[in-house]
Amino acid sequence: MRGVTRARGAACALAVALAAAGCGGGGPAGGAGGAVLSSSWGDPQNPLEPANTNEVQGGKVLDMIFRGLKKYDPRTGKATDMLAESIDTDDSRNFTIRVKRGWTFSDGEKVTARSFVDAWNYGASLKHHQKNAYFFGYVDGYDKVHPSSGTQTADTLSGLKVVDDHTFTVRLRQTFSGFPDTLGYAAFAPLPRVFFTHHAAWLAKPVGNGPYTVESYRKGSQMSLRKWAGYPGPDKARNGGVDLVVYTDNNTAYTDLLAGNLDLVDDVPAAQLKNVRSDLGDRYINAPAGIIQTFAFPYYDKAWSKPGAEKVRTGLSMAINRRQITETIFDRTRTPATDWTSPVLGADGGYRAGLCGRACSYDPAGARKLIKEGGGIPGGQVRITYNADTGSHKEWVDAVCNSINNALGDSKACVGNPVGTFADFRNRIGRHKMSGPFRAGWQMDYPLIQNFLQPLYYTDASSNDGMWSNRDFDRLVDQANAETDQARAVRLFQRAEEVVRDHMAAIPLWYQNGSAGYSERLSGVALNPFSVPVYNEIKVG
Amino acid sequence: MGRYVVRRLLQMVPVFVGATLLIFLMVNVMGDPVAGLCGERQCDPATAAQLRHEFGLDEPLWLQYATYMGNVFTGDFGTAFNGQPVTELMATAFPVTIRLTVVAVLFEVVVGVTLGVLTGLRRGRPVDTTVLLLTLVVISVPTFVTGLLLQLLLGVEWGWVRPSVSAEAPFGELIVPGLVLASVSLAYVTRLTRTSLAENRRSDYVRTAVAKGLPRHRVVTRHLLRNSLIPVVTFIGTDIGALMGGAIVTERIFNIHGVGYQLYQGILRQNSQTVVGFVTVLVLVFLVANLLVDLLYAVLDPRIRYA
Amino acid sequence: MFLLSALVIVFLIVISVRPSVIASGSPLTCDLAKAREGAGPGHPFGYDGQGCDVYTRTVYGARASVTVGVLATLGVAVLGSVLGGLAGYFGGLWDSVLSRITDIFFAIPVVLGGLVLLSVVTSNTVWPVIGFMVLLGWPQISRIARGAVITAKQHDYVQAARALGASDARILLRHITPNAVAPVIVVSTIALGTYIALEATLSYLGVGLKPPSVSWGIDISAASPYIRNSPHALLWPSGALAVTVLAFIMLGDAVRDALDPKLR
Repeated sequence: MRGVTRARGAACALAVALAAAGCGGGGPAGGAGGAVLSSSWGDPQNPLEPANTNEVQGGKVLDMIFRGLKKYDPRTGKATDMLAESIDTDDSRNFTIRVKRGWTFSDGEKVTARSFVDAWNYGASLKHHQKNAYFFGYVDGYDKVHPSSGTQTADTLSGLKVVDDHTFTVRLRQTFSGFPDTLGYAAFAPLPRVFFTHHAAWLAKPVGNGPYTVESYRKGSQMSLRKWAGYPGPDKARNGGVDLVVYTDNNTAYTDLLAGNLDLVDDVPAAQLKNVRSDLGDRYINAPAGIIQTFAFPYYDKAWSKPGAEKVRTGLSMAINRRQITETIFDRTRTPATDWTSPVLGADGGYRAGLCGRACSYDPAGARKLIKEGGGIPGGQVRITYNADTGSHKEWVDAVCNSINNALGDSKACVGNPVGTFADFRNRIGRHKMSGPFRAGWQMDYPLIQNFLQPLYYTDASSNDGMWSNRDFDRLVDQANAETDQARAVRLFQRAEEVVRDHMAAIPLWYQNGSAGYSERLSGVALNPFSVPVYNEIKVG
Repeated sequence: MGRYVVRRLLQMVPVFVGATLLIFLMVNVMGDPVAGLCGERQCDPATAAQLRHEFGLDEPLWLQYATYMGNVFTGDFGTAFNGQPVTELMATAFPVTIRLTVVAVLFEVVVGVTLGVLTGLRRGRPVDTTVLLLTLVVISVPTFVTGLLLQLLLGVEWGWVRPSVSAEAPFGELIVPGLVLASVSLAYVTRLTRTSLAENRRSDYVRTAVAKGLPRHRVVTRHLLRNSLIPVVTFIGTDIGALMGGAIVTERIFNIHGVGYQLYQGILRQNSQTVVGFVTVLVLVFLVANLLVDLLYAVLDPRIRYA
Repeated sequence: MFLLSALVIVFLIVISVRPSVIASGSPLTCDLAKAREGAGPGHPFGYDGQGCDVYTRTVYGARASVTVGVLATLGVAVLGSVLGGLAGYFGGLWDSVLSRITDIFFAIPVVLGGLVLLSVVTSNTVWPVIGFMVLLGWPQISRIARGAVITAKQHDYVQAARALGASDARILLRHITPNAVAPVIVVSTIALGTYIALEATLSYLGVGLKPPSVSWGIDISAASPYIRNSPHALLWPSGALAVTVLAFIMLGDAVRDALDPKLR
């Protein structure tokens, strides 16, 4: 780090020459409040309301300033009680939730049953247009507060009732045995009164009940979070605070980490993976996360839904050399996928290695045979659509195409089709304008096998972008959701997953790991199954 | 002079309206911005409709433009999708980019003109040829390659400077990014000054000044340079707008949270309000800079008088 | 200078038309197993991140870059000089309207316009990129053409032709164009180089040419994050790009010196 100190001196000398002020100070060392670390961040896309945040960057902050009824164990991903004293049900449809006493928001207000009920009603209500509103779709009365068209006829969910200060009941529209385990998701966080009474002020400086408080927030550039000394929970912050610094390009963030200007990078760019060991030694983490990458298909297009097309899809899957791509392009930060869920679920949770079988192993001869049997690639060429603005999608799509081309012996069989922006990519998907496979990444909301299957493959589900529909699959999922015994439910979901396999509804590519690198000042750095650093456990110095 | 300024200001009105309309239409071509707001899933139709209504996207295009311009004149540039007023984004972004532009223009003026004078006065000598070749190389290597290379060498390998710029973006940290941003223009300024100087050296008034027996430095600074700088000033004037808008690449490489960053972010998220708002201001800057350049002519060249 | 740049340009045109003359492989044949390998026999530039041969791709990349540069310049020169020339020749209301339109397009930052317009394009041909460059590039030429025409218009022989009753079309074509064309050619040649560089910048921002097009811009932007690990994959296409731009700018200089000795 010596070089860096000198560097700053030189820059300051030059600054004086330019007759400018503002040198000295700053940097990751932090102020007097104890050891503060700096961490890379992306500008959250939406306002930081819990029910409005659906991407990792905003989720990172919510994870630090909120605690919900449940919390997912940072290591195992198991949902454990946090603010919940108990969640009881007899029929998997009516739940009685007791909230622990002694919890407060950082502004001193007590966390009560009402803090939850008000927050959930706010999140579900159409007039607040919260993007995660559909999470409350299981609750009775959702169709009244959030009709699919027209205006809402109620402001509150009829399925939510406050019993007393620390008890409330939830009635669902249908049985859903996994419901308690979903309650660790940020959308279910409690909200203080100030959220409703001084909304703009709250957005400028959010107040929650987690181990950190927001000290200052400069939108688009930096958020300073500090340890909340009065935090009542067991998972207190072990550092003085975290400064989240916005980076447009994760390569720059990595460069800053090397130069000693940043303590923690939670997304090591693919381009740096080759040298990350020599740069950081053991200060590099590569841990499994609940993310799977797949190719989805446009089933609204006859060419992909006609009988026999499943053979073409399976053939394409077998033409992809997953091992080589994950090793060369991703340097083992991805693991070749052999099912449609994620290893972080564990065998009990429903992950079954090898469920995909031969269809997911590289076999050029088998691929050629199957594609020929299925009538060949529609139009003679697959165009894999992806968005070129984020991630390193271009690299792996090009690699996949090269793999397919080499397997099929035709240098034009597959070509990448980049779309300039993510927004436009989603737009085209939404308008059903895809003519071939397209990139589909799925990051779990909560660690349940249900979350890897139902939103993606159930008829008309929210993320079923290819409009795949299968009666057997739907029936098995319905049965699984109604099942009160966890183990039996998981087995039913796995049978549904086999239906997905037999039709190759989507080509599973690989499980994505979380990767992070950190400076010498830090210890105790870990990533949770959502690939977010467990900030409160990090020690500085 | 006064009448000239008024006429120019009047001419600016249609250009301003036209340019903002053009960018408004261009941004609109990008499509429905709401689609990208719900992550890897479809926004449910009710929420999407509500959002479109909130941002006025359900109105016909001409009405959207009229409403927008009406609001702009009252100082309201709309709201970004993350709920922040665009004026607030501007308040944080423009000071940073202005600092960056100042550094870049300083480089252009100080280094560019100096090199230009040096080569212009020593035409055909080794200094001239070397600088000329150097400027050619600078022009032909794309900015992002220069930027990445300097960042890697100065920032990481040798550790001379911070590889990125902090949120406060003080002048000291903007020197390397400023140099990268200025590099291509710098080369043009050098070449322009050189040519212009060479041309004017043969003019009658310089010959007269030399014949009068004036000292060489006085001939160069008072007579030669003053007249030779007119095209250079024009170039730098038109370049200011281009520098501010063109900082997209530089700001991305060095993680500067200025105008280029906001524009890039705005385009990726199809955040029409942000993009149109920032471009509107950039168009104004461009127009005003051009006007100032024309007025500067009168100062530099006593023969030019505006009526 | 002129000879050298002319030679480089002739060479570029030859390999753009027939890249197979000096490169035997296909730029689309890549083997991931060889990713980022250094130079070896038969592969003097080594391999890039996808295991494609850098030499072959650099040779084939010339076509896209030269096509974009030449066609964009032609489009800009034609559109710009027609509009600028008309404005300069007819003056009055024509001039005012056209000049304001020129200002409008001039006021839009080029890279920004490219990001907005090209981010929605899915065509993988060179046409959208060229179209965009013409759309936002013509004002530069238009201003120069206008100035040149205004100067030419005041010459005695033009006045004489007008007095003799020559039509506008005849005066424009026979008398003004030959005298106003020099500055347009000079600026266009230099602009050609900048358009080639612009294509690379657009590719860096993710909105340039798309695969399976092979271009230096695509390769440079793909290799730039790997600058520390495999600089060779960045070096060769960047070098080729720089040499090409250099050649066109030097040619522009030479043409200017020949056509307009006063500016020497």
